[in-house]
Amino acid sequence: MKKKITAVMLSVSVAAAALFTGCGGGDNDGGSGGIELLNVSYDPTREFYAAYNELFSDQFDQDVTITQSHGGSGSQARSVIEGNEADVVTLALAHDITAIENAGLIDSGWIDEFEGSSSPYTSTIVFLVRKGNEKNIKDWDDLVKDGVEVITPNPKTSGGACWNFLAAWAYQQEQDGEDEEATKEFMKKLYENVLVLDSGARGATNTFVENGQGDVLIAWENEAYLSMEEYPDEYEIVTPSVSILAQPSVAIVDSNAKAHGTEEAAKAYLEYLYSDEAQRLAGENYYRPFNEEILQEFSDQFDLDMNLVTIDDFGGWDAAFETYFDDGAVFDQIYEE
Amino acid sequence: MEQQIVKVKNKKGVKVIPGFGLSLGVTLAMLGCLVLIPLASIFISAAQLSFGEFIETVTSRQVVSGYIVSFSCAFFAALINVVFGVILAWVLVRYEFPGKRLMDGLIELPFALPTAVAGISLTYLYSDQGWIGGLFDKIGVKIAYTRIGITLAMVFVGIPFVVRAVQPILEKLDRQYEEAAAMLGSGKLYTFFRVILPELFPAMLAGFGLALARGIGEYGSVVFIAGNIPYKTQIAPLLIMTKLEQYKYADATAIALVLLVISFLLMLVINSVQIYMQRFSKA
Repeated sequence: MKKKITAVMLSVSVAAAALFTGCGGGDNDGGSGGIELLNVSYDPTREFYAAYNELFSDQFDQDVTITQSHGGSGSQARSVIEGNEADVVTLALAHDITAIENAGLIDSGWIDEFEGSSSPYTSTIVFLVRKGNEKNIKDWDDLVKDGVEVITPNPKTSGGACWNFLAAWAYQQEQDGEDEEATKEFMKKLYENVLVLDSGARGATNTFVENGQGDVLIAWENEAYLSMEEYPDEYEIVTPSVSILAQPSVAIVDSNAKAHGTEEAAKAYLEYLYSDEAQRLAGENYYRPFNEEILQEFSDQFDLDMNLVTIDDFGGWDAAFETYFDDGAVFDQIYEE
Repeated sequence: MEQQIVKVKNKKGVKVIPGFGLSLGVTLAMLGCLVLIPLASIFISAAQLSFGEFIETVTSRQVVSGYIVSFSCAFFAALINVVFGVILAWVLVRYEFPGKRLMDGLIELPFALPTAVAGISLTYLYSDQGWIGGLFDKIGVKIAYTRIGITLAMVFVGIPFVVRAVQPILEKLDRQYEEAAAMLGSGKLYTFFRVILPELFPAMLAGFGLALARGIGEYGSVVFIAGNIPYKTQIAPLLIMTKLEQYKYADATAIALVLLVISFLLMLVINSVQIYMQRFSKA
């Protein structure tokens, strides 16, 4: 009997040990000479960072390997909080980086660590419509008309979708002034026209482009240009009269970089985003460069006369989430009958 | 099983196949690490909420509508799977035709295929711009981005469960029963419904239960085809993901807990009926 119990105990501990050591492996890299950086980014930056990583490693004085990870901005931030060993994060909105800061992984004050509130490139929200623009979509108020089908992701899961929502809100607020109920009514109509509420920006683009759904995609400007580049004869970009200055933020994940000994490389990696070459590369990838002069070089490409509000007009992200995106806030209210 | 082992041991003092202690230990360890501890952590995490908060979270209108979408679609998908799964198993067991092995292998494909791939290709085919969806659109039926689409994705991921549950029973089924029924003058339909089907019923029920459970928990393939519109096509697992994206871990686990408990109760009922039926048919 005793022997049996010992056998049970022994096998329990062996199996458990096997299980845990199996999960704990993989921490002993970095010894191979080169520096390894993990950049956790959001959906539409795939093409830009693929090009930028090459640019950066070519000029960096040490041997560096950069690994990219892409997904919805919110879920990427969550993966870092839950232990994804990112050295740097380059996400869709400051709010997601603040969440990582609140988890204690990024030192406070990160937003002032790099120029322009740590946003080396910006973007805005535009409409992508099918060639010919059959429904004659010119501005936000065309999106609430009967029979117009809109594609936009869910702001509760997508950073880009928050920008979309706020851009539409900013437009209608100019029409309604203080009358918030009227603006809410407008948003309700807008989202009634939404056919598919994808969880991320790339998913929404796929729904519109690959699956041929909807008449208009509310999209990141860079995402819209990418679709245009891929299918030049099928789409048109419409710039609304009012939009929002979308500021994707970057930050060093301090505690991870410290643990990996990659602080210096991580800082250099993000700093180099502000170099002329990188700024031009951002422009070529349809992001609006932070550098004013280089932005002017792309004045043919971007509509620089758009009326752009910023997140500060909404009192910052914390206030915006409380008012619009938290449970029971405006976005939930517009879906309730 | 256990009784047999004990009996053998009592007679001779040693087990025929040694290693009961070892295998039980490994089983307990794996079950603990992979099933019980993660499940217990759901309860612990949900317990961060006060009772009032818990009730408020799991009974909010959006969440309740998520449950309804998930359970109703999974239920219909499981029903469809039982009907077509039995027909599929029947064809595979009873008939010889070229390509039978290949078809048999294809049954497992929904298991092997990443669910996201399944979701994307189903959506591509069944949207009103797709090959199949376009045909249905002409008669005014929209499949993708409706509950029909959700059910379709659940049928896809659930079909192997029913086929693989029914197939072995059908293989073992003695054809003499059918011959006897025919000799005694029963018609083909009567033989099928009164002689064959009762034998298959426990396996069908088991397949139904598995397909239902898979459908309720299915996320990867469904989100692509669902449309995800609140109160219309938002499934419960998507709401869990949404809560996680908002860093509301306790809320997410609260929804998961309710899903888990309801699923567990459903499986319990299905298993009890199945055991009852088996006893009945053996006796």
